[in-house]
Amino acid sequence: MRARSRAMVAALFTSVALVATACGGNGGDGGNTGEEPQAPGAAGGEITINGCTPENPLVPGNTSEVCGGNVLDAITAKLIHYDPDTTEPQMDIAESIETEDNQNFTVTLKQGYLFHDGTEVKAQNFVNAWNYTAAAENGQTASYFYSPIEGYEATQCAEGDCEANPAETNELSGLAVVDDYTFTIRTTEKVSNLPVRLGYTAFAPLPDIFFDDQAAYEADPVGAGPFQVESLSSTEMVLTKFADYAGEFPASVDKATFRIYQDPAAAYADVVANNLDVIDQIPTDNLIGDQYQADLPDRNAQRETGGLRWWTYSPADEQLADNPDLRKAISMAVDRQAIVETVLSNSATPATGWVSPAVDGFMPDVCGEACTFDAAAAKALYDQAGGYEGTLTYTSNTDGAGNQQIGEAICNQISNNLGLDCQFQGVVDFATFNEGIDNDEYKGIFRSGWQMDYPSIENFLAPIYAEGADSNWSDYANPEFQQLLVDAAAAEAGDASNQLYQQAEQVLAEDFPTAPFTYAKATMGWSDRVTNVKITAFGTPDLASIQVIQ
Amino acid sequence: MTDPSGVAVSEFSTPPAGEVREGGQDRQEARSLWSDAWRELRRNPLFWISVVLIVVLLTMAVAPQLFTSTDPRYGDLAVARQPPSAEHVFGTTSQGYDVYARVIHGARASILVGVLTSIGTVVVGGLIGLISGFYGGWLDALLSRVGEIFFAIPLLLAGILTFYLFPPDLEDPLILQVLTVVGVLVLFGWPSLARLMRGAVLQVKPNDYVNAARALGASAPRLIFQHILPNAVAPMIVVATLNLGTYIAVEATLAFLGIGLRSPAISWGIDISLASSIGLVRAAPHMLIFPSIFLTVTILAFIMLGDAIRDAIDPKLK
Amino acid sequence: MGSYVLRRLLQMIPVIIGATFLIFAMVFGIGDPAAGRCGERACPEAFLVQFRQEYNLDEPLIVQYGLYMAKLLTGDFGESFSGLSVAEELINRWPTTIRLAVIAVCFEALVGIAAGILAALRKGRFLDYLVTLSSLLVISIPVFVVGSLSQLVFGIRLGIFPVTATEGGWFDLLLPGLVLGSFSVAYIARLMRSTMIENLRSDYVRTARAKGLGPGRTVGVHTLRNSMIPAITYIGYDLGALMGGAVVTERIFNINGIGGFLFYGINTKDGTIVVGTVTCLVLVYLLANLLVDVLYGVLDPRISHD
Repeated sequence: MRARSRAMVAALFTSVALVATACGGNGGDGGNTGEEPQAPGAAGGEITINGCTPENPLVPGNTSEVCGGNVLDAITAKLIHYDPDTTEPQMDIAESIETEDNQNFTVTLKQGYLFHDGTEVKAQNFVNAWNYTAAAENGQTASYFYSPIEGYEATQCAEGDCEANPAETNELSGLAVVDDYTFTIRTTEKVSNLPVRLGYTAFAPLPDIFFDDQAAYEADPVGAGPFQVESLSSTEMVLTKFADYAGEFPASVDKATFRIYQDPAAAYADVVANNLDVIDQIPTDNLIGDQYQADLPDRNAQRETGGLRWWTYSPADEQLADNPDLRKAISMAVDRQAIVETVLSNSATPATGWVSPAVDGFMPDVCGEACTFDAAAAKALYDQAGGYEGTLTYTSNTDGAGNQQIGEAICNQISNNLGLDCQFQGVVDFATFNEGIDNDEYKGIFRSGWQMDYPSIENFLAPIYAEGADSNWSDYANPEFQQLLVDAAAAEAGDASNQLYQQAEQVLAEDFPTAPFTYAKATMGWSDRVTNVKITAFGTPDLASIQVIQ
Repeated sequence: MTDPSGVAVSEFSTPPAGEVREGGQDRQEARSLWSDAWRELRRNPLFWISVVLIVVLLTMAVAPQLFTSTDPRYGDLAVARQPPSAEHVFGTTSQGYDVYARVIHGARASILVGVLTSIGTVVVGGLIGLISGFYGGWLDALLSRVGEIFFAIPLLLAGILTFYLFPPDLEDPLILQVLTVVGVLVLFGWPSLARLMRGAVLQVKPNDYVNAARALGASAPRLIFQHILPNAVAPMIVVATLNLGTYIAVEATLAFLGIGLRSPAISWGIDISLASSIGLVRAAPHMLIFPSIFLTVTILAFIMLGDAIRDAIDPKLK
Repeated sequence: MGSYVLRRLLQMIPVIIGATFLIFAMVFGIGDPAAGRCGERACPEAFLVQFRQEYNLDEPLIVQYGLYMAKLLTGDFGESFSGLSVAEELINRWPTTIRLAVIAVCFEALVGIAAGILAALRKGRFLDYLVTLSSLLVISIPVFVVGSLSQLVFGIRLGIFPVTATEGGWFDLLLPGLVLGSFSVAYIARLMRSTMIENLRSDYVRTARAKGLGPGRTVGVHTLRNSMIPAITYIGYDLGALMGGAVVTERIFNINGIGGFLFYGINTKDGTIVVGTVTCLVLVYLLANLLVDVLYGVLDPRISHD
């Protein structure tokens, strides 16, 4: 409802969305369909796009938010590139990634790929970058992504304090350079989807200058992507087309400027007035009654993206912890469709499972009846399960766009349909909220969300429901589920593996530690100067394919 | 010698220091000043209009049930965002709340913020200004500097920081939330009133009747409360009623920035801030218009009252 | 006069130290800026530890403050968490903020004083009530409502003004400046009205009238000059307040000014940004006050600074 209303929206909503990587997307259902990106250099022109201030210097392994992530996507190239339309992984810097046992991988690089400073991308650049990001002594936020690689534990420090408890080593034993264009990866366990993960920003190679003079790199970040940094400030970030880009996914425009907005409403107003070329998320209030389609006729698109919202049943709440029927009854009492239509103005779709439709292996309706609104059945099941004593709280941080509105709507549904007292409880910001979850401060239910890092069904299950995983807020632990994850990771990538992940998802549907709420959608708009704006499955506009109308 | 920082500041229409006030030469006259004022007030139609409005609004704040029996927290998505109709005279919100019920129930929090903040700034600012002006010297310098520190920090910044420090808790009753907001506004609002009071005290202090009382051996508290305060308090009362309205508006702005009162509390500020995004204004203007009308009328009523009192009290305006 | 100014300048030192310490303590208290920087997942311990060490976050408050002030005294405003030079940002943003404040102040001075004079001269008549009511109306509508509605109407619908003021040029800032100044217009009009009425009745104006001076000259020279003092005082204080207090207006019109930068600093719990910016704001505020007080003495000979 109030995507625009909080100043923090720009900065903090983004911390919610851990948006990952490179190009991809499709034309959506807007006016412009299916134009193929033009040949390199054929287009040109300049575009502006709304952005926000990165939280940290633009280091790939230390950027976990969209503000910096959007820029890094454009300036880095990874081994893998996700297809704009299908999100299928395609080889980018990698010539090939081969494995016979899903545990030992051999990566061969294409020759002639250049960093913006003119140096060539070599195997050593990957291994150095990966060692750097993984090693605890460097304190990188994305260190986690390297945990499957052999020797990861040895690069970590007890209690994270590397001064007091230095790590055994700062290099991953599972990585080895074979020659300039070949290196090998060995994982601790079998990880069949490892190649798919390698398109995530945190796996980008780093140039030598990063290791020689990090301050110089931070002032002028260097990658191997289709765009290079011209200037960075708190008001705009200017990127230009990289003239010596050797890859297959070049930029169409000569210059792309991320103009920083404190408030998406101002960005939207600018797009309507043709002062800004692309807005990557139209504020929810402008979606009411499809206003944006009237404001931006044939200049808008909407796409389901790899994001998911749900609520978690607090593991600290005794009444909910051992009562799956009660959890299902609460879920069944919420009319997701009504909330999506009114409060969210169709900026999302009701969820029917724990995995986003954006990934391969998605299966509809895994949740079944428990996610289908039925007030009478919900009430019956609720009574049968023994009911809930006292006030049920729905806790959420209130700094993200619309969080409070969603929470209130969910609570109202629960109150009205089950006859219990549900109250929304706001927490001032995301950091405080996270801390509260860690300390088991919240009873009842609380908001959760996920934006995929890489397009794999595994990314929606393992990081959130594996025993002891970082984001396992429901403290979920089921040996059967755990075993299915291990089996799936060992199985051949593709259908065989996906089927096992689907079985794991069905275990979730039985145990019901969390209740799926909505699948995310991105709604974009653009000025009449540009065309071929594509939304990727990560909810970002595909910068490389945008063209200026000449 | 006059220290210009003692001069009446900003919005206040106190005469500059150095002039001697014409009214209130002693307690006898002070009393007649007040009865004069009352006579003046009774003749002022603006005064009566504002009094009637304020009485209605206060009743609304005290007993909202008299005006509506609809639960302002009952959200029915089936009737979300409907324009005014017979059933929902002011329409409904995106959550399907009844706007009329919200407006009636919102009066309490909004008016509490305004009234309590005014009282708070008057008490804190008035006392500090009184002490500053009466004792002078290093105490005055110290208090004035402290006042400047608080005055120099932008109110919004102070508000934001304070709400991070003391996030409202669901368990807290409404009054605690209101008090947090009031606390911030008082903490960063008292210095202007303190200055005003100090200036007024400085004008009253040299008067003969004060000196006479002091010569007769009156204690400091007696001097302050019997002789100085009654003669120096008028401008502050006027300004406080004027400020009351603006504090209600400030509450709305704080809510807009996400740092004021919060749901489940109901206030005009919360509802206005939720309804003010352009897309909503276009699709459902009633969500913005009705709480805004109430907010505006309330502020008008209090400011009109302040105006009327000022005109009545200030002898130079007659 | 010189010694007065010097004394005032010296008195600023404890105020600046006090204000920055207060702000520093508040930012210190709003929680750990390292947390919540890792998207939807918990941050790795190693990241938290490093981050805190890098920015001295694990030192006691007073030590952090000392370290910060020591740097500040050498003119080093430090870097934000995202690596922006705070000094550079402030230098880039000041011109925009000052332009915005100047537009707002000119608007409130011209319109506010004119409306106040009109109301005073027509006291108790229609024009007086019109000015009073319309100024009260402006005060009572929250600034974000005025801001977004005027953006919609004058920017998008009518296209008279630019929709946003990203570039920060004079014309870009005109509409935001009017919005920002509208609140004070009302205050100044009321202030002007009451001092005018007061002065119109004073002895010297009566004398002037008695001497046979025309109403134009009485109002123009005698009353006006003396009635300007409170209004100017207010404007002076407002100038300081407008600079940091334009957070809402800056957001709506996407103005890259000081207020927005401050707000960004608070949201990211970036003490370097917040304290650096506030230090500047407090300084500007105190200097504006000093200027007003000096002006005061110049305008009104009854007040001396000796």
